[in-house]
Amino acid sequence: MAYQFDFVDVFKYTDVLAKGIAFTVTLIGVGGTLGIAVGIFGAWARGYSRMKWLDWTVGAYVELVRNTPFLIQLFFIFFGLPSLGVKLTELQAALIAMVFNLGAYSTEIIRAGIEAVPRGQLEAGASLAMSRLQVFKHVVLRPALQKIWPALTSQLVIVMFGSAVCSQIAVEELTFAANFIQSRNFRAFEVYFIATGLYLVLAILLRQGMRGLGNWLVFGRRSP
Amino acid sequence: MPLIAIEGLHKRFGSNEVLKGIDLGIEAGEVVAIIGKSGSGKSTLLRCMNGLEAYQAGKITVEGTPVTQDETDLRHLRLRVGMIFQQFNLFPHLTAGRNVMLAPMIVKGTAEAEARTIAAKVLERVGLGQKFDAFPDQLSGGQQQRVAIARALAMEPRALLCDEITSALDPELVNEVLQVVKGLAQDGMTLAMVTHEMRFARDVCDRVIFMHLGKVHEIGPPSEVFSNPRTPELQQFLGQLH
Ligand SMILES: Nc1ncnc2c1ncn2[C@@H]1O[C@H](COP(=O)(O)OP(=O)(O)O)[C@@H](O)[C@H]1O
Ligand SMILES: [Mg+2]
Repeated sequence: MAYQFDFVDVFKYTDVLAKGIAFTVTLIGVGGTLGIAVGIFGAWARGYSRMKWLDWTVGAYVELVRNTPFLIQLFFIFFGLPSLGVKLTELQAALIAMVFNLGAYSTEIIRAGIEAVPRGQLEAGASLAMSRLQVFKHVVLRPALQKIWPALTSQLVIVMFGSAVCSQIAVEELTFAANFIQSRNFRAFEVYFIATGLYLVLAILLRQGMRGLGNWLVFGRRSP
Repeated sequence: MPLIAIEGLHKRFGSNEVLKGIDLGIEAGEVVAIIGKSGSGKSTLLRCMNGLEAYQAGKITVEGTPVTQDETDLRHLRLRVGMIFQQFNLFPHLTAGRNVMLAPMIVKGTAEAEARTIAAKVLERVGLGQKFDAFPDQLSGGQQQRVAIARALAMEPRALLCDEITSALDPELVNEVLQVVKGLAQDGMTLAMVTHEMRFARDVCDRVIFMHLGKVHEIGPPSEVFSNPRTPELQQFLGQLH
């Protein structure tokens, strides 16, 4: 007998799914915002700070993150750090792991944007008596972000998918919710079909959101 | 005491010695043209004068204060010596007005309303009063370069360094920029300009400096330098222009 699809069995768990979406959105919203902030700082540290030790430290951090699995980073933060007396809730650990991970990748992405800003712009800023930090903030950052905004958006989407891994430490995000429902009703096809659809919608919304944010903050031709 | 005094200036890029002992004084209110073949060190000389390049030996002082690579000193120097570049280098994400307002606001702490007034005034001075809200990519090259001049003027510098500021322009746009510079010269601005516009140098400048192989090869009033070049190098250089 052919398999009988039964989506109704999944919709009984709408509240679980809603909670899962809320957690996933929290992870990417908070993790994404702070991660990009870390990335801007990291890019400044590497390209502009003129502090060798800071450049080196950030460089080591970036390599560490880019050359190890996200799951291991997450496990280390959640299971490993308590040995040092740092106790974190699942959500805290997940958020830290997300920021830690995205911060490194966005450091490199933003740095590429910064390097693409013509040298003459920096010299123009300097010749107007701006400090290096002022040049970075007012002359370099916005054009740099304009150049790499699509790449940053893609990275955010990747990181949102990566947040599924946080189910492994029982953060009740979307994948956790799907696994949970599937373990109750054994409707694997239906559950993961719906989860797939929800991730798709979230990804599209995230891209749209980033486009809107970009138009407002980065590309915005406000004249103030 | 000259406004800008240069003594025994040596500058190397690696093993390539680009400036081989420059002695030069530029008086307040003086307009100086720097001419010479490509690669003779003209840009490097200007860039040393406002600290965009560090130098190995010699001394540059502006109003008696030495030019060093100390960041605080550099900013103090650059408040007094502005620079305009061949490629305009306007900030592409800001309007013309904002390009001009930015440095007074963040460097000098000028209030926004006052910065706006200053920007309107200097844009008017370069003939672009109407273009306050235009973005750089909406302006012609000549207009962009005039905004760059306005941007430098807004900081009220004692001297302006101009590095081939008309070389990237279409020929029909050169004149509008030179007219602005001429106006500044007449208003008493101290100017050091690297230029290929010999007619402008002859008409507007007080002195012409011919650079050759990293040295000041000939120097004098335009009438002498252009009509009566003493060295074969300058004769050859001027000969190539016609
Ligand atoms: N940043 C740099 N690094 C290495 N060499 C340079 C640099 N800038 C200029 N030079 C060299 O210095 C010499 C003089 O250059 P420049 O001052 O630009 O000459 P000019 O402006 O008279 O054409 C050239 O040989 C050039 O290759
Ligand atoms: Mg040059």
